[in-house]
Amino acid sequence: MAAGDVLRAPHVLEYPYVRSVGPVIGAFLTGLRDGRILGVRSVSGVVVPPTEYDPVTGAATGEVVEVGPGGVVTTWAWTDHPTPDQPLDRPFAWALVRLDGADTAMLHVVDAGSRQAMASGMRVVARFRPAAQRVGHVRDIECFVPATDHAATGAVR
Amino acid sequence: MSSIEPAPPVTTLATPIRIDYEYTAGAAQSRFLEGLARGVFVGQRCPVCGKVYVPPRGSCPTDGVPTTEDVELANTGTVTTFCVVNVPFAGQQIEIPYICAQILLDGANIAFMGLIQEIPPDQVRMGLRVEAVWKPADQWGPSMESVEYFRPTGEPDAPYETYEEYL
Amino acid sequence: MTRPVRPVAVVSFAQARHVRREDHRNEVEMLMPVVGDVFAKVQLTKDDMGFVCSGSADYLVGAPFSFVMALDAVGAWPPMRESHVEMDGAWALYEAWTLLQEGEIDTALVYSFGRSSPSQLHKVLALQLDPYYLAPLWPDPVALAALQAQALIDAGKATEADFAAVASRSRRDALANPNAQVAKDQTAEELLAEEYLVAPLRRHAVPPISDGAAAVVLAAGERARELVQRPAWITGIDHRIEPHALGARDLTTSPSTRAAADGAGVLGAAVDVAELHAPFAHQELILREALGLPDTTVVNPSGGALAANALMVAGLVRIGEAAQRIMDGTADTAVAHATSGPCLQQNLVCALAATPSGPVGGREA
Repeated sequence: MAAGDVLRAPHVLEYPYVRSVGPVIGAFLTGLRDGRILGVRSVSGVVVPPTEYDPVTGAATGEVVEVGPGGVVTTWAWTDHPTPDQPLDRPFAWALVRLDGADTAMLHVVDAGSRQAMASGMRVVARFRPAAQRVGHVRDIECFVPATDHAATGAVR
Repeated sequence: MSSIEPAPPVTTLATPIRIDYEYTAGAAQSRFLEGLARGVFVGQRCPVCGKVYVPPRGSCPTDGVPTTEDVELANTGTVTTFCVVNVPFAGQQIEIPYICAQILLDGANIAFMGLIQEIPPDQVRMGLRVEAVWKPADQWGPSMESVEYFRPTGEPDAPYETYEEYL
Repeated sequence: MTRPVRPVAVVSFAQARHVRREDHRNEVEMLMPVVGDVFAKVQLTKDDMGFVCSGSADYLVGAPFSFVMALDAVGAWPPMRESHVEMDGAWALYEAWTLLQEGEIDTALVYSFGRSSPSQLHKVLALQLDPYYLAPLWPDPVALAALQAQALIDAGKATEADFAAVASRSRRDALANPNAQVAKDQTAEELLAEEYLVAPLRRHAVPPISDGAAAVVLAAGERARELVQRPAWITGIDHRIEPHALGARDLTTSPSTRAAADGAGVLGAAVDVAELHAPFAHQELILREALGLPDTTVVNPSGGALAANALMVAGLVRIGEAAQRIMDGTADTAVAHATSGPCLQQNLVCALAATPSGPVGGREA
């Protein structure tokens, strides 16, 4: 180390958070664990993923309803270089997906294979992880896939 | 026939976070750390108020101007205040109870924290004169780990007036 | 409160030269010359300030309460009235402006700093997202912005060529800005030949990663006139926020910017200069529409956030750059904008003019 060098060192920040989720987010995560996608009825429509309060008016949201598992891509973005923490380890599309029955779109990923296979307005369907791997987490949905990959609109579970 | 109970609702979500940083010591702190690698405490003097800060951070906290003059400080100093620690922590290598003290090195205008050893805890007092005990020179590096601890010098206690403004 | 009770002006602005990696100095050492400079321009010291407010983010530093250490760059003795926001410095300026409205103090120092180089920036920014639904997917800021850019294309409101045109103009204008980081003379066609980073965004359409700092001195009423010949008066300032969930918003418009502009009295006004905090090229187009800027307004003469984007600083720099053009006489009216959150979620609009009363003359929303 020469005099006059500015010293550097690696520094790691780690937080092992475990968050309490409450009844609304808890209902959504429980649904995912059970292989279903849930939303919540609100004054401005069905909100997915559900929030405790309407995102526009702030009014308390109401009953839980099932949505999807198919839906429409409202916008997307293609990445050829996923980072290690991201949902897929191969090129994929980020997408906002408005599930059937929902009035808001949720963020997830679409395993479309190539950028050319993506288009706003296309139909996609959720591919769930095997039941034994689902824990109540947004990644219980492994990804969405183009709906043309499957004969029915039933989720891949 | 046993019934299958539905799984209980999900009530928590684990969201672990890890972010890696490259920490830069900056010019002033690097001077201090290099000093430790040479077995010396290095502070910096403020050109406006003349005070010497250790460890230096590159600015005078009262005048907000750069401190650019390095000052090598003595190995000796005065305990301005201290506490007796009885609480263990993970990875601890020091025996409980131990003394954590604020040490005002001779020539400095700010105290920093250090470990006191070689004296029974109940004999540590404000004004105690101490000296740094360094590790063997081949173990010195850019870190406070170059210093083992501080121990009494045996000198008479420093008069209160000599450190009262640093409490 | 969005229209001034008491006229307050920007009287001094200073910034660091923005770089990709400022790793020979820590945050305090980077900030000190900027604070020294902003004071020197008006021959004031920290002792002349009635209030000090800063904007920064601890997650960029990787240490809690890092903004407390940054105060060493100012010198908090004798004890001073001080505050901090974990936000872009533009919001620190809003807080300082608000306190100045009360009439007890006449001057304030606002500063902000941000080094993005030490961290994994894409992970740090993911931590501002909803921790239940978004953050666990770890979407990076370019991906989120790309969703908005694609929505704009789908709506027929812009093309990738438009994004390249914004980037080309910004980089060329940055050649005249000694503090900018990305300054080049490149045509839109050259830029369109680049690979996608996250389609439909190419590297030129996304901001650089920057380390930097900035500072502003605010002064009220007669005090401002004593300090500089041509203060940049804040004729209105407002900020609004939209829902966090991207799927609950129309990403092709910016209603919060529109509302903030209306609150600041500058919606649709034909200002001479607009400094818009658009870290992504397509966002400039959204903001122009939201603000109702005519084609006569010069947009981002500094090069904007595409030329230098120190997080927590770029918004304050927009206010400073716009104010500087009023102070140096190249503009009589200006609007400065700052943003926070993914896809223009939260927006601040600051209207500036060479006289305290305007003349901005915004229309009805």
